[in-house]
Amino acid sequence: MTPPDKAATGRRIRRFTPAEHWVHRTTSALMLICLVTAAMLYLPALAEIVGRRRLVVTVHEWAGIMLPVPVLAGLASRAFRHNLKLLNRFASYDWSWLRDAIRRRPESLRLAGKFNAGQKVYASFAAGAALVMIGTGLMMWFPNMVVVTLRTGATFVHDWLALAIGAVVIGHIWMAARDPEARLGMRTGFVTPQWVRDHHPKWQHDGAAEDSQVKDKPRTPAA
Amino acid sequence: MEEIGAPVGRRVMLGMIGLGAAGVAFGAKLQGGLDSALSAVSSKDPTGVTGLLPGGGGFRFYSVASSIPHRSETDYRLKVSGLVDKAATYRLSDLRAMPQTRMVRDVQCVTGWRVDNTPFEGVKLSHLLDLAGVRDEATAVRFTCFDGAYSESLTLKQARRDDVIVALKIQGQPVTNAHGGPVRLYVAPMYFYKSAKWLSGIEVTKGVEPGYWEHYGYDVDAWVGRSNGRSDDST
Repeated sequence: MTPPDKAATGRRIRRFTPAEHWVHRTTSALMLICLVTAAMLYLPALAEIVGRRRLVVTVHEWAGIMLPVPVLAGLASRAFRHNLKLLNRFASYDWSWLRDAIRRRPESLRLAGKFNAGQKVYASFAAGAALVMIGTGLMMWFPNMVVVTLRTGATFVHDWLALAIGAVVIGHIWMAARDPEARLGMRTGFVTPQWVRDHHPKWQHDGAAEDSQVKDKPRTPAA
Repeated sequence: MEEIGAPVGRRVMLGMIGLGAAGVAFGAKLQGGLDSALSAVSSKDPTGVTGLLPGGGGFRFYSVASSIPHRSETDYRLKVSGLVDKAATYRLSDLRAMPQTRMVRDVQCVTGWRVDNTPFEGVKLSHLLDLAGVRDEATAVRFTCFDGAYSESLTLKQARRDDVIVALKIQGQPVTNAHGGPVRLYVAPMYFYKSAKWLSGIEVTKGVEPGYWEHYGYDVDAWVGRSNGRSDDST
C-alpha cells in the first residue's frame, strides 16, 4: 500500500455515533444471552450441569423477544437510519466483493463502501434470522395458539436456524478479532483515514467536515 | 452519497422469512425424513456429534432442579405409603430381588424428540401396589422424586397397567444418574414427562394430584398421540 499520509496520522473519521454504538452493544448482549441459554437447554452436558430448566427457559424467551428493541429504538437516530439504508443497498462493487471473497482474493483488492458486502449480508441475515426465531419461538412459547404440525415445524426451524446463527455469530466475532481497528471504530466511533482507504475506499464519509471539527475541538492529540 | 443499488438486504431478509414460513409449514415432514437419515449416520458415528443435531436421535436431558441429585446403593430408598395396608421402604437390593419385567418400547417426549426401541427393565408398579395392599377409597398414585422438585401422578387404573414399571435398567445398563437413576418410573404409553426420574416415593392417594409440568399446562392424562395437542404415533 501507499505510505500513510504523514499529515493525517492524527486525524480521525467518525464511523459510528453513540446511538449506533449502543444499538450494537445491547443487541450483542441479548444475542449472547440467547445463545448461551440455548446451549444450556439443548446440549445434554451443559443441561446436566445447569439444570433449572424453567428459569433458563424464561431468560431465553425474554432475551429473544427483546432482541429487536435496540434496533427499533435506534430508528430515532438519523445516523443509524442512514446506516440501515447503506446496509440494505447493494452497489455494483458489492457483487464483485462477494465474488472475490468466495475466490479468496485478498481484501485489499476488493472495493467497499462504508459497509462491505459481507457486512451487508450479515446484517440482513441477522435481521431475518431474528424475526424467524421470534416467530417460531412464540409458537413454542404459546403452544396452544397453533396446531401441532405447525408447532413441530416451528421447532424444526428454530433448532436448525439456531445452529446456523451460532456458526455465523462465531464468524462475525472471528472477523472482528482479526481487525483491531474495526473494533476500535465500534467502541470509540472513530477510525483512521488509512484504515478507511484500506478497507472501505468507496465510503463517502464527510471526512473534511469531521476533520475540521476535530481540529477545532481536539478530541484526539494533534499530530 | 455512496452508490445506491438494489435493496438486496431487504430481499435477503424477506427471503429468510419466506424460508422460515415454509420450514414451519413443511418442517414436520422434513424432520421425519431427516430423523431417519440422521439416526442412520449417528449409529455409525463414534464421536457422537451427530447426536447433538436437531432430530439426531438420542435422549435430551431435562431437569427442573438446580443440580442432579445423587443416590447410591447404600442411601437409595423407595418409600411406598399413603392409602395402603402395609407401607414399605425398599432398598435397591430389595427391588432387584423382585420379579423383573423387560419391555422394549419407544420413548416419546412431548417436545418432539423420540428414541425408538429402548429396552427398560424393572419391577411392575402393580407388583409394588399389590405388596402394599391398596385400600378401597384410593383412586390414584402420586410419585415424588429425590431431586426435591419433581412430581407426577397416575390414576390407579393407569398405574396397574402392565406397561408401567419402576425401572432399574435402561438399554441393558443400570439407569445412570443423568437418566434419573438409580430408579426411575417408565410409563410406556404416555409422554416421557410422566416417567419421573429419581423416583423416591410412591404414595397412594384419594384423587389425582397434578404433577410438576401439569401445573404449567401439560395434560394429566398424557397418552402419546392423544394428548397435549400432539398426534405422534403410539409408542
